[in-house]
Amino acid sequence: MSDNCHHLLDDLSSYLDGEASAALCAEIERHLETCENCRVVVDTMNKTVLLYRDLPQPTLPDDVRTRLYQSLDLEMFMQE
Amino acid sequence: MVNTTKTKSERELIARLKTGDKAAWSECLETHSPNVYALALRLMGSETEAEDVLQETFMNAYKAIGSFEGRSGLGTWLYRITYNASMMRLRRPNKEFVSVEDTMMAEDGRLIPEQLFDWCCLPEQEFETDEVKVRLEQAIQQLPEKYKAVFVLRELEELSTQETADALDLTVGATKVRLHRARLWLRERLSPYFTEMATADVRTEEGV
Repeated sequence: MSDNCHHLLDDLSSYLDGEASAALCAEIERHLETCENCRVVVDTMNKTVLLYRDLPQPTLPDDVRTRLYQSLDLEMFMQE
Repeated sequence: MVNTTKTKSERELIARLKTGDKAAWSECLETHSPNVYALALRLMGSETEAEDVLQETFMNAYKAIGSFEGRSGLGTWLYRITYNASMMRLRRPNKEFVSVEDTMMAEDGRLIPEQLFDWCCLPEQEFETDEVKVRLEQAIQQLPEKYKAVFVLRELEELSTQETADALDLTVGATKVRLHRARLWLRERLSPYFTEMATADVRTEEGV
């Protein structure tokens, strides 16, 4: 990766999140047209984030929930 | 995802929580305990420890609700207590701290990408297996501590940057930097696995 790649690397998340200025977006997009390495980094980072966003949230097991209510003396309020 | 911004009904709930109203506390548990548990599990990496953190979080919240000024939402406040309870446990001197040797990041936290194979071409169904989900969760466990909570709150609990910053007592700028480094780190960590999958696909197609 070149110095120009390193210079733009810190801004890639703002670019992906749509928070980069128009001028910065244009600079990054110009760079991506000619730099295969940075294009791969942008695409695979974006894909990584999307995979995480699709990950199911861990569920709270029923027994853990029951013990939580017990620890706070709230069993009588526990909803089915 | 729990709405972490304050609404009229949340302000009313907080007022009831402050009086020790048990029905209000039950409502609070019902709404927020799944998210507190999810954060604790990802920070601690153990179901037993996550349960301890979950109970401790609501115990601490019960004791501290009187001094909760409501500058952030109730959910954000509970995430903050969860994070603090988790860090207290992780930093106990006798805790067998699983320190991952991090050779990917420079001392200033910068990470220069070295994994440069484009594995995005993999068919979508190959990303949807249980094994991939396990790999993704394992990579979070290996993420350096200072980046883990930011990534989990921002990407998995879907908090805004401001809410994440509030929960972790960081500036918005620091939150963005940490999120970016977490993303780069995870991309770097997962790339060899996906690269192997992608190249294995190519070998199969070519009959090698």
